[in-house]
Formats: sequence, C-alpha cells, structure tokens
Amino acid sequence: MIKKVVLSSLSVAVASTLMMGTAHAGATLDSIKEKGFIQCGVSQGLPGFSNADEKGNWTGLDVDFCRTTAAAIFGDADAVKYTPLSAKERFTALQSGEIDMLSRNTTWTQSRDTSMGINFAGVTYYDGQGFMVRKDLGVTSALELDGASLCTNQGTTTELNMADYFSQHGMTFEPVVFEKSDEVVAAYDAGRCDVYSTDASGLAAQRTKLAEPEAHIVLPEIISKEPLGPAVAHGDDQFFDIVKWSIFVTVEAEEMGLNSSNIKAAAANKDAAPAVKRFVGAEGSLGENLGLEADWAVNVISQVGNYGEIWERNVAPLELPRGLNNLWSKGGIMYAPPLR
Amino acid sequence: MTDQTKSSTPAKPPFWRDPDKRALVFQGVFLLLVVVVLFTLIRNTMLNLEARGISSGFGFLETSTGFKIAETLIPYDESSSFFTAFLVGLLNTIKVSVIGVFLATILGFIMGVARLSKNWLVARLSAVYVDTLRNIPLLLQLFFWYFAVLRPLKNPKQADNFFDIIFLSNRGLYGPKPIFEDGSGLILFALIAAIVGIIVLRIWAKKRMENTGERFPVFYTSLGLIIGLPLLALIGTGFPVSWDIPELKGFNFRGGMVMTPEFSALVFALSIYTSSFIAEIVRAGIMSVDKGQTEAAYSLGLKPSWTTRLVIIPQAMRVIIPPLTSQYLNLTKNSSLAAAIAYPDLVSIFAGTALNQTGQAVEIMGMTLAVYLFLSLTISSLMNWYNASKALVER
Repeated sequence: MIKKVVLSSLSVAVASTLMMGTAHAGATLDSIKEKGFIQCGVSQGLPGFSNADEKGNWTGLDVDFCRTTAAAIFGDADAVKYTPLSAKERFTALQSGEIDMLSRNTTWTQSRDTSMGINFAGVTYYDGQGFMVRKDLGVTSALELDGASLCTNQGTTTELNMADYFSQHGMTFEPVVFEKSDEVVAAYDAGRCDVYSTDASGLAAQRTKLAEPEAHIVLPEIISKEPLGPAVAHGDDQFFDIVKWSIFVTVEAEEMGLNSSNIKAAAANKDAAPAVKRFVGAEGSLGENLGLEADWAVNVISQVGNYGEIWERNVAPLELPRGLNNLWSKGGIMYAPPLR
Repeated sequence: MTDQTKSSTPAKPPFWRDPDKRALVFQGVFLLLVVVVLFTLIRNTMLNLEARGISSGFGFLETSTGFKIAETLIPYDESSSFFTAFLVGLLNTIKVSVIGVFLATILGFIMGVARLSKNWLVARLSAVYVDTLRNIPLLLQLFFWYFAVLRPLKNPKQADNFFDIIFLSNRGLYGPKPIFEDGSGLILFALIAAIVGIIVLRIWAKKRMENTGERFPVFYTSLGLIIGLPLLALIGTGFPVSWDIPELKGFNFRGGMVMTPEFSALVFALSIYTSSFIAEIVRAGIMSVDKGQTEAAYSLGLKPSWTTRLVIIPQAMRVIIPPLTSQYLNLTKNSSLAAAIAYPDLVSIFAGTALNQTGQAVEIMGMTLAVYLFLSLTISSLMNWYNASKALVER
C-alpha cells in the first residue's frame, strides 16, 4: 500500500518536473526556430481582430501582428499556429510557455507589465472602454446608467474600469461576468443586461453578432485608456525586440509610403533614398542587429502590409474611425522610433 | 536434543537478505527520493517565478480587488481585499451546493421511488427523466436552463407582478426581505427552542414506543412546534418585523431579496442533473431489500406505508448512502461550472477574475484546490458518520 502511494506520487512528481523543464526553456527564439513556427495566442473570435473562418483560417489585426513576427523571423508570414484563449487563460498561457506571444486585444497596464512576468511589445491599437445599450432604452449618456446591469467578460481591465467609473460618479451597477465573450453577447441579446461593456473596438465587432445590430447604440463616453498590443514572456530580449520592431516597421512603412505592392520595387531600386535603403536592408545592419536576415522588413511589408493596409483590411469594415490610430503626422498618435 | 535445536536455529542472515529489513530500506530510499523531487519541484517553481519576474507569495490577499461582485453573502465592495473576495466566492459555492444537494436528494428520491411504481405511466415517465437527464452533459444543461430561464422573462419595466410584493423579470425574482427590529431576538430564541424541543420529543417518543409499543404523532407535533413557537413569540413581542419591499427604480428593482437568473439556472441544472443519478441509486437501494422483508412486514399486519417507512427504507439506506455521498461530492465540484453562466462562485471569482488581475496562478490555484479538497473531505466525513449510524448492527 505504502509502496503504491509512494510510487504514484513519485511518478506525478517526476512528470511535473519534466513539465517545468519545458516551461523554463531559456530562449523563446531558439525554440521557435527549432519548431519552425510561432505559437500565437489569440482571442476565441473577435471580428476584425482575431477571428477564424469556417476553414480555420485566422484573420484580423491581432492575427496580422503574429504574422509580421513570423515574416520577420522566417520570411514566411504563414509560419504561425494559433491558440484561441479566453481572457482569463491568456496570461497563464504566456507565463507557462504554452504560447510564444500573446496577440489578443490585451491592454497594456503597469501591473501586467511588471508583476506578471510579461513584456508588452508595443501598441497596435489605441482603444478605450465604451458602453452599448438598446436604442429603445432611451439612454444617451453613460451617466444615466445608475442601477443598470452590465454584461462583460471575466478577467479584463473592463471589470476594474466599470467599478472605478460607477463609484467615481456615485452610481451603482450589477456586474454579470461571463468567462467567454460568446456568452456575454448571448446574455446581452437575451436581455439579461441593460448594457454591454468592453473596449469600443470590441463593441463594434461584437455588435455584428447580435440578432439586430441596428437596435443598439454605443454611448459616446469612453471611460478608459486601453492601449492594446502583443506581449511576450520575460527571459528573451531578442525575441522581445523582434516582436517590437515588426510592429514599428509597419507604422514606419506607412509613413514612408511603402506598401505591399511597391516594397519589392523599392528594394530593387538602386537609387532609392537612404532611409528606404536602410529599410529594405540594402544599407546598414538593422536586420543583423536583430539577428534576422537583411530583408526582414521587406518580408513583413510585402507579405502582411503596412499599418494602414492592415487597418483597412481588418478594422475599416467594422466602420470604426481611424482616430488615435492614425499616423502622428495625420492627427493620430501612431509613431515609430527611427529606423537607423 | 540440545545439539539438534542448536543446529536447527539458522544463522542470522545478513540484513540484505532479510525481506523485512530490505523492504524498510527500499521504502526509505523511495521516501527520500520523493522528498528530493518535491523539494526540487518547489525550488524550481520559486526560482522560475523569480527569474521571470512573476510576483509570488500571498501578499496579494491583503490588497484591494477593484472589481465588483453581484451576489455576496458578506459585505463586499471594490475596496475589499482579495481575501474577502475569496470568502465571497467560497460562500457562494457553499450556498449553491447546499441548496443543490437538498433539492437533488428530494427530487432523486421521488424519481427513484416513482420508477418502481406499479403505475405504468409514472414508472415510464421517471425512466425517461433519468435516461434523458443523465445522458446530456451538464454544461449543456446549464446553458439550456440559463437561456431557457432568461429568454421568456420580460425586462424589469414589464415585470410579472405578484400582489405588488414579488416581481419576476429577467433581472431575477425579487421578493420582500424581512428586517428584524429590536426585540426580534425572542423569535430566534423560540425557533431554537422549537428545534431542541423536537429533538427531545423524538428521543422520548422512540423510547416510549420501544417500552410500551405506543406510537406518538411526532411529525405533526414537530410541525406544530416549529411553526407555533416562533408565531407565539411574534405575537407576544408585537410583530417587530418589517418588510423591505422591492421597488422599480430606473433600470431595476431596488431593495428586497433577489434570486438571480444565474443562481436559479445553476441550482436547477445541478439538482436536476444529479437527481437523475440519485434516482437510480435509490432504485438500486430499494430493490436490494429482499421481497421476503415486505411479506414478513405484511404478515405482521403493518400498513404498506409503514412497511416502506419502517422496514424497506431503513434497509435500503445502507445501500444508498455510500454512492449518494459520491453524488453530493460531484454536485459540489460541478458547481465550479458556474463561471460559464456568470454565477460568482469560487472558481469564477477567485480562480477566474482574481487570478487574472494578479497573475499569481500557483498560489490561487493552490488555494482553490485546497478548498475543494476541504469541502469534499467534509462532506465525506459527514456522510461516513451518517452511514456508520445507519449501518446494519450485527449481533
């Protein structure tokens, strides 16, 4: 009896030790190169950001930033495998090494960046939390929502912002918090809640899933700052740099007027401007510094496109204004540090 | 002779050939290995967490949560600590489990007995009930009940109104809440007195029956006591109880007591699902009692209802209780599916929201595991104690 117990606990212990081993593999980049693809954590279905079609092909803004990283590392934007995650599961998946990077409309906050063992690689979408209500409620401002029931997702900044906003304005509310966003939408649609609250982009995307999208309005108040972007685990600065700069090159390319259709020509042009030559890798050692091929940026732009193209392809169909996400030179705050 | 005994005593073998000592050594080595592996595991985890800059330790339990919870049995707001949130979740889990176990037992016994009914229709209906419900995954039933409860209900402004005190809408069932004012302590005292009285009465009635064979109407006397005594106290103190009646204000009702759709759906799904298993256990228990027992009881002139209550059920309980315990454990553990339909139980609040806000998976999952283990062991030991008291005493 004792032996049996001892044996089984021993095997459990050994198994857990082995699992620990994989979790603490030193360099993420080495393991990615070895596997030949990036394991990217995405949402379980948010149109415009990460959404799978009936054939299992993933599209969306968040998905495209997994693809930029794959294009930079392998020269092949398709070298990505996707792991759909709920809001609740996402950080644990990244911490444990189950995924290499998390690109799942995740808000960059101080506590997440510092206490969870993860690094945010940049901002791919400047968002803010909003409220959606039925038109026939006759509500025109979030300040009229005293006593309302709010449906939302579990494990998000949304939960915290709501509590802050309502107590700040001396209002009460009833939170109805679901694990998965499909249930949030279904419950809101069934009338369980007066309000559906999440990031404004999410509201626009989920609205398309409602029975009657036109019967709902998004209130004008944006109650928080939600800079969304990909995150990586601590422990591999090189991979962190690659993810970060594969975001920046898309913004820089848009600013420089480079896009998926003219990048190849620009790369072949011997008389291009010095900045373009640096960009395509004909001059300087930007790629080498990252540990990548010289033409990494060309691969990113030709296969995925610049930020403007990514936006037009994914977010524009949701009829969201470009707003803050426009280039800094066009009234937005999208700004890439110089490539030199 | 002496010579022979001497030669028949074998020489003491070396310790590695003595099976007892060898086993001892092996077990010692195993134990040492387990300790070493466990130690490495814990140390590894700590080092990895530190190397990756993930905070660890239980300090987070004292920081304030910043999120709100819809249903709480104890005072809680956004500034409460994570530990309070843990308690809120734990109490919500216990609440739904206790009510679920209670309802599942009643439903299960009714369905189990009904399946053995001589009435063809009743028996068939019960069979359909059992075979349908226990063969559909619980999560699906949960969604079914949640949306089945939700869809037909109207919004609060068109709530179904019962006598202006009870309101049914898709925000839940709102009813009046009693508020006990000064002097209502006597009512509680009367209630406790009634319960103690009933226990004493039962013991006395049993003794009397064993000695004289006379029966005493324990049930009706108990019913009278538990209603009558608090009622008397209520009249005696001049009704120091007022009612907080829910009122429609803005989006929703304010005040009163509420049973939310999430809670109702979870209790419905858990108790109905589990009752289908309990029904089969009850059927098995009753069928395990030999038919001769019934015949013997009849031949002694016992009424059929007495035969069931005094002869069959007590013997069936011996078979019923052990598997019933497993079902109670299952129900309690299954209540962790609550997160899917927004009922704030332990898994939803603590292993869900709190885990995500703090990122401290190891500590939080550890605490959650410990709670379920504790709850399960408590239920087991209670049921084992009950089982021991019901077990056949062999003479």
